[in-house]
Amino acid sequence: MVKHTIPKNLNEAINYLYQGDYQVIAGGTDLMIQRRNSADLPPLFNSNLLYVFNLEELKYVIKEESQIRIGSMTSLETLLHHPDVPKLLKDVIGEMASPGIRNVATLAGNIANASPAGDTLVALYLMDAIVVLSSVNQNRYLPIEKVILGPRKTCIENNELIKEIIIPNHQFTQTSWVKVGGRRADAISKVSFAAAVTIDKGSVMDFRMAFGAVFMTVVRSRQIEKLYKNLSVKALKNDVQNIVFHYQELIKPIDDQRSNKTYRSQVSQNLIEDFIRKI
Amino acid sequence: MSNIKFKLNGQDVDLNLDPSMRLLDVLRNHFQLTGPKEGCGEGECGACAVLLDGHIVHSCCLPLANVHEKEVVTIEGFSKTKRYQALADAMLEEGGSQCGICTPGMMIAAESLLSQNPKPTEDEIRIGISGNLCRCTGYNMIVKAIKTASKKGDGLW
Repeated sequence: MVKHTIPKNLNEAINYLYQGDYQVIAGGTDLMIQRRNSADLPPLFNSNLLYVFNLEELKYVIKEESQIRIGSMTSLETLLHHPDVPKLLKDVIGEMASPGIRNVATLAGNIANASPAGDTLVALYLMDAIVVLSSVNQNRYLPIEKVILGPRKTCIENNELIKEIIIPNHQFTQTSWVKVGGRRADAISKVSFAAAVTIDKGSVMDFRMAFGAVFMTVVRSRQIEKLYKNLSVKALKNDVQNIVFHYQELIKPIDDQRSNKTYRSQVSQNLIEDFIRKI
Repeated sequence: MSNIKFKLNGQDVDLNLDPSMRLLDVLRNHFQLTGPKEGCGEGECGACAVLLDGHIVHSCCLPLANVHEKEVVTIEGFSKTKRYQALADAMLEEGGSQCGICTPGMMIAAESLLSQNPKPTEDEIRIGISGNLCRCTGYNMIVKAIKTASKKGDGLW
């Protein structure tokens, strides 16, 4: 018999997680579909459920000097309209799903679901986001790439709850978000691409790229990025073929119902070239 | 587990049902509110849309537990308002409803949009209804209807 629990506050929630085995459910937009049953029957969950979406204390956006802190149950639609949310993340959210989904979908859900095509993950990787995992004994502060281990796999322990997402401030001079999907709303990405540069007096101070839906996790390489920091913009542009070549080593897409390897690889290459051309 | 309590179309309700049930099933089968419909059952078509604290949500992917202590309004509840009348008149005028399957969801999407943004641009209207599929109108008449409602219903939102 599945037990259902609606905790009154964060403290109660993590105490429940400490005491028993629970599946945490937030807005439900992924889980309710994955566990869908015939009409008028409860969805097919085989573990106890902890409903955390209504924890008001986890709905906040706090701007600090060097970062913003986003409460894990803040809806995507709230983030989309919040003045302190970085533009890149807003660009991503604006092309995700539809208002009715965004009103209940959360960053925490996108992280916990760990889909290779999770759109916000691409932006979170690019911006060095930190995920705060709360349990009775401690808070763990982990970079997003340490949290996501593979398709639908995370390092989140059974007794932990995603409490907060921290995004450091960046002074990018140019950012880009491109989502390639079947249509503009409600599409799951075939390929997604986020990039950012900081250019100062013709020099590349910062250079970043991240790709979604082309590997088991988001692809981002600090090694490749390092090669292009402190170069002139001209030198960067001249090296575009090498940049494509470096990323090709990491972009290993699959064929599935949405797209295929060849298309995904080619589009990724085009997106790199296009971004660099526009710097 | 204690009961799920929420406000449904202005009435307090108190339910002893499985909290993981889809809100859509509870509305249709427990309350016989058949305005919200199951189209795709996976959050893509918007036929099941209702208002949760005034904002559009897809009731096919919302567990009942998530409406605990909140306010749900279906098209049946919304139909008793002046805003509904203004939208319904505009839908008639512009031919925004044909077969009618998407219409309750479209009206909910329009209300959710107009309540936050009483004078939306065409782009904002299209984003507002982007989670609602219509296979009859090609959308242009619905977009026009929402624009007309926003103009003629000036002051309502």
